[in-house]
Amino acid sequence: MGSRLLLRTGALGYLAVLLLGPVVMIAYRTFEHGVAPVWSALSTPTAEHAIYLSVLVTLISLPLNVVFGLVAGVAIARRRMPAGRSVNLLVNLPFAMSPVVIGLALFTLYGRGGWLGDWLSGHGIQVLFALPSLVLATTFVSLPFVVREVVPVLEEIGTDQEQAAATLGASAWTTFWRITLPALRWALAYGVVLTAARALGEFGAVSIVSGNIVGQTQTLPLLVEERFRNFDAVGAYSAGFALALISMFVVAAMTVLSRRKEH
Amino acid sequence: MSIDVMGVTKRFGEFAALRDVSVSIDRGKLTALLGPSGGGKSTLLRIIAGLETPDSGRVYIDGRDMTEVPARRRGIGFVFQHYAAFPHMTVWENVAFGLRVSRADKPTTKRRVDELLDLVHLAGLSRRYPSELSGGQRQRMALARALAVEPRLLLLDEPFGALDVKVREELRAWLRQLHEQVNATTVFVTHDQEEAMELADQVVLINAGQVEQVGPPEQLYDNPANAFVMSFLGATTRLGDVLVRPHDIEVLADPSAGTHEAMIERVLGLGFHSRIDAVLADGSTVTVQLTRAHAQQLELRVGDIVFLRQMPGTTVTPAPIPASDDQVVGR
Repeated sequence: MGSRLLLRTGALGYLAVLLLGPVVMIAYRTFEHGVAPVWSALSTPTAEHAIYLSVLVTLISLPLNVVFGLVAGVAIARRRMPAGRSVNLLVNLPFAMSPVVIGLALFTLYGRGGWLGDWLSGHGIQVLFALPSLVLATTFVSLPFVVREVVPVLEEIGTDQEQAAATLGASAWTTFWRITLPALRWALAYGVVLTAARALGEFGAVSIVSGNIVGQTQTLPLLVEERFRNFDAVGAYSAGFALALISMFVVAAMTVLSRRKEH
Repeated sequence: MSIDVMGVTKRFGEFAALRDVSVSIDRGKLTALLGPSGGGKSTLLRIIAGLETPDSGRVYIDGRDMTEVPARRRGIGFVFQHYAAFPHMTVWENVAFGLRVSRADKPTTKRRVDELLDLVHLAGLSRRYPSELSGGQRQRMALARALAVEPRLLLLDEPFGALDVKVREELRAWLRQLHEQVNATTVFVTHDQEEAMELADQVVLINAGQVEQVGPPEQLYDNPANAFVMSFLGATTRLGDVLVRPHDIEVLADPSAGTHEAMIERVLGLGFHSRIDAVLADGSTVTVQLTRAHAQQLELRVGDIVFLRQMPGTTVTPAPIPASDDQVVGR
């Protein structure tokens, strides 16, 4: 009994110091002087645009990663892809690479003199320092989440259900919609939450490819960093708190939605 | 539906699951694909269903070449060992699935599903989810689901393998009855010789990727094609250079034509039966089964010399050479 209590206290204490402490602290600092300064820090045109841009980029890269994650997940788990094992490793790359390095890599590919950069700018498409680069960087860093959630579930449920559906006359498409996708709903919901949270918070890669242009390519995390550097403590805390709030909203919304689907 | 499998070979990497297998399955019969685990019987069933593609050879259903036809267009019903229930659908929805994907109209679907749920005694549980059913109930649901599309061919892969003994016996009797009612050609896979003997009109015995023998159960038991068939279908023991069933050996006190001299090593009373282990002159052990009354009448004791021979008219096959195991083979 004694050792169990010790273990629990230890684990909770560890979480409190490591996770809860900083979060409580930022909330406290944000509202130290009441709601008015927070409101004014968040209602500047710069801050409003940063919030809008972060949400927009997330809303674009999220469906991209959901579709890719489902296709790649099925291909990997059902071994329908040549070199599936290498693909499986490749999908982990965004986890292994520092976002800054990802940003640099995109910069060299899409920048002046890069393989794709010159061709695209020749066709009048500006990638770097514009919305496309934000979407590219964000999609890159948040790519593995859906795949990683979907593959183990697919492997666990096996192919019996899908084959049963086939013997009952269902096409591959019908089987996917009626059998495979419902089995994946929890994994998918969790993957969506993680992807969205990661996309909203993305800083490293975006800070390199975006150019951090105020009112144009400055996302919420970039705004937090800029205000912090300029000794605008209340502004930084407020923006940071707004970022945390949006992420928590995503998690809460997903929890409610997936609970409603439960029977 | 009659099925003709012609020269089918299937490999999984290095492992040959089926080697040049040809077999015909008669229309309207209940046929068992019987054999030891890993012998290729499930692979054969899955090839007939279209869930696996053979490396070579053809599959004909009612004379039509179906080798390239996908499973969903073969007009089959398939039942999996582990049920393959759709967990997010109720029992009713599971059974209705095939009718819904084939766009049957609503009244037809409702009538058919309700009929089938009655047939498998699950009418009262139609709103439950598979996770709320026992193993036997899930398998009955899977059967109803397979039957909903009115398959001409019902294929079952170890359908009772995951169930406990009592439920298995119930379902066996019930499958036999169902087969008569639905008037389809039924093929099931089993590694249980008792299940095959009890249920099937026709048994296809498969071992190491090849068909050993095809025929009605009694024929396989009484006229086994080889030592493997004989030993797979019941207990055998080696007497000289033949395999014989332990209860087909006669124990005599004096030498006579065709007898083998043996010394009794062990006498076991097992309820109604007695089992005797005796050592022949060549050092091999023979097992004899006889009624307890008969054993007592002969007053057999350890160390006694007796003379053994197979009873006239009994089933024997040449023993495999070399004798890998001269103890009792089989179950």
